[in-house]
Amino acid sequence: MKMRTPCRCHVVMSESRTMKGYVIRRLLQTVPTVIVIILLNFVLIHMASGDVTYMLLGSEVGDPETIQHLRQTFGLDRPLHEQLLIYLAQVLQGNFGVSYWFREPVLNLILERLPATILLMSSALSFAVILGIVLGVRSSRKPYSPMDSAITVSSLIGYSLPVFWLGELLMVIFALWFGLLPSGGLHSVPTGQIMTTEGILDMLRHLILPTVVLGTSQLALIYRLTRANMLEILGQDYIIAAKAKGLDENAIVYGHALRNCMLPVVTVIGINAGFMFGGAVLTETVFSWPGLGRLMYDSLLRRDYPVIMGVFIFISIMVIIFILITDIAYAYLDPRVRYK
Amino acid sequence: MLEGSTFSEIHETLLRHAVNSKELWHRYVRSKPAVVGLFLLVGFVFVAIFAGSISGFDPLRTGVGPILQPPGRDYWFGTDDSGRDVFSGVMYGTRVAFLVGLAAVLGSTIIGVIIGSIAGFAGGRVDDLLMRFTETVMIIPTFVLALLLVAIFGSSIWNIVVVITVLSWSWAARLVRAEFLTLKGREYVEASKAVGSSNWFIIFREILPNAMTSVIVNASLQIANAVLIEAGLSFLGLGDANVVSWGKMMYDAREVIRFAPWTSLIPGAAIFIMVLSFNLVGDGLNDALNPRLKETRAK
Repeated sequence: MKMRTPCRCHVVMSESRTMKGYVIRRLLQTVPTVIVIILLNFVLIHMASGDVTYMLLGSEVGDPETIQHLRQTFGLDRPLHEQLLIYLAQVLQGNFGVSYWFREPVLNLILERLPATILLMSSALSFAVILGIVLGVRSSRKPYSPMDSAITVSSLIGYSLPVFWLGELLMVIFALWFGLLPSGGLHSVPTGQIMTTEGILDMLRHLILPTVVLGTSQLALIYRLTRANMLEILGQDYIIAAKAKGLDENAIVYGHALRNCMLPVVTVIGINAGFMFGGAVLTETVFSWPGLGRLMYDSLLRRDYPVIMGVFIFISIMVIIFILITDIAYAYLDPRVRYK
Repeated sequence: MLEGSTFSEIHETLLRHAVNSKELWHRYVRSKPAVVGLFLLVGFVFVAIFAGSISGFDPLRTGVGPILQPPGRDYWFGTDDSGRDVFSGVMYGTRVAFLVGLAAVLGSTIIGVIIGSIAGFAGGRVDDLLMRFTETVMIIPTFVLALLLVAIFGSSIWNIVVVITVLSWSWAARLVRAEFLTLKGREYVEASKAVGSSNWFIIFREILPNAMTSVIVNASLQIANAVLIEAGLSFLGLGDANVVSWGKMMYDAREVIRFAPWTSLIPGAAIFIMVLSFNLVGDGLNDALNPRLKETRAK
């Protein structure tokens, strides 16, 4: 095995055809991306007006000891190229600086808010994938029927809905006018009762509106993709052959066609991870959801730069890992990918 | 090199490129959603041009009426918590939405076309390098980075336009590169090379015109995206304080949404309808310009 640069590794053919080889190759490809993102932050810190300490600590008027400590950790008295290497090393170790507002390491703040965001995003994604595939299959079985046209037009509408407007609209209707659902937050029971049945049901009620709001555009996208792919696959020879053999229609659709149609959906989910985080910032802001997005919004208002940058790096790295996972899943499902 | 297929290929690309405007129009109006989109878009253009005469008030002036007046005869869309007329704001907001959408997409399309052309035409290592870079830009969460950039560099309307431009050229670049890869090998290009055309001639006169259809469709969808990003930034309080933008109106109204939902929901509806109209037009153009695609789908 011969390697020159991390981004273009030349793996021996036989090796590259195995799953292990593919995973190693993809892992190495992500290294430059992560470095570019951290580099971008470094450049931004230095381009922004004011002291560099301000960007890392958020305030010039922090107590002198902390500033001194920070200057030393990030090597701010050294030449620029050394600073870059130190910054890279610090960020990779999870040191994103200290929040000016909370006086706490940024990483702690991020990890504290992470579960709420993961809960919201996985809930929105499940909503979008399940409903998108069900509707897509339904539409493709009777293409150009009134039902199909209605869903297709709705999907264009769903795709164009600004998340924050949809959020406010649903909040006004369901929370303020009808009082059916809570208008925001994660819980409304006392802290002690969160883990009881009542507490979990309460949390699920809080989850409904943000899930629908964040999931709608993904739902529209997955629906369109599933429908288009199903239409293409259902016209192919092996499906016609299966029909000719007298196989049950449901067995063909769900057993043969849908399996092949899952692959592009997997890719789209990966590509859209970054887009969904953007949506999460807006959704969490509308519904006061205590996640990463809300942390970013609050930090924007306070101009708490270390937190804003930390959240950005953290989200970017999560997106990269997410894309990596979907790519590996794709290669696992479709062996042809590994040969490329 | 100049074999029988050359003629048919030239013919085919000519057909694709020399868009028969009448036929294109016929194919476009066949789709109802596309016509609705065009109708809405023309409406927005009209509003943007005549915003001054349509709206009765200065959208930024406070106290033109009583505060938090619900929609009615005097104030069609009501007034906000500092007595500004919401209808005038929505009318003037059209201008900012168009400005951001068109300027950002013009810029990002130019960047994308340049990078995509270089990558697709040069191929090899140049292509590898440029596409790696493009992919990296695509992976970065656009909206989150836009928030960061605007927070650091300030939220003037032109800063916002530049940020959206810088973050959204990657789609055009990928598209143009893909078109170059397909078209580069076509025999009409080979023929042009054989008669001694320069690289510039081949890029600008032979290949780019044929890549334009997908660039235009992409641009129309990207405008929708740019409008959404600007609205989202303004909604989070990172909008330009000196202009009237729908997102900023929603930001200003967030405190009063409980008692006066119109102050926020009406400007939001305007964002939605504009984004929808660009998406509908983009989709309609796509179907009209690539009829073969539609046929295979219809099968």
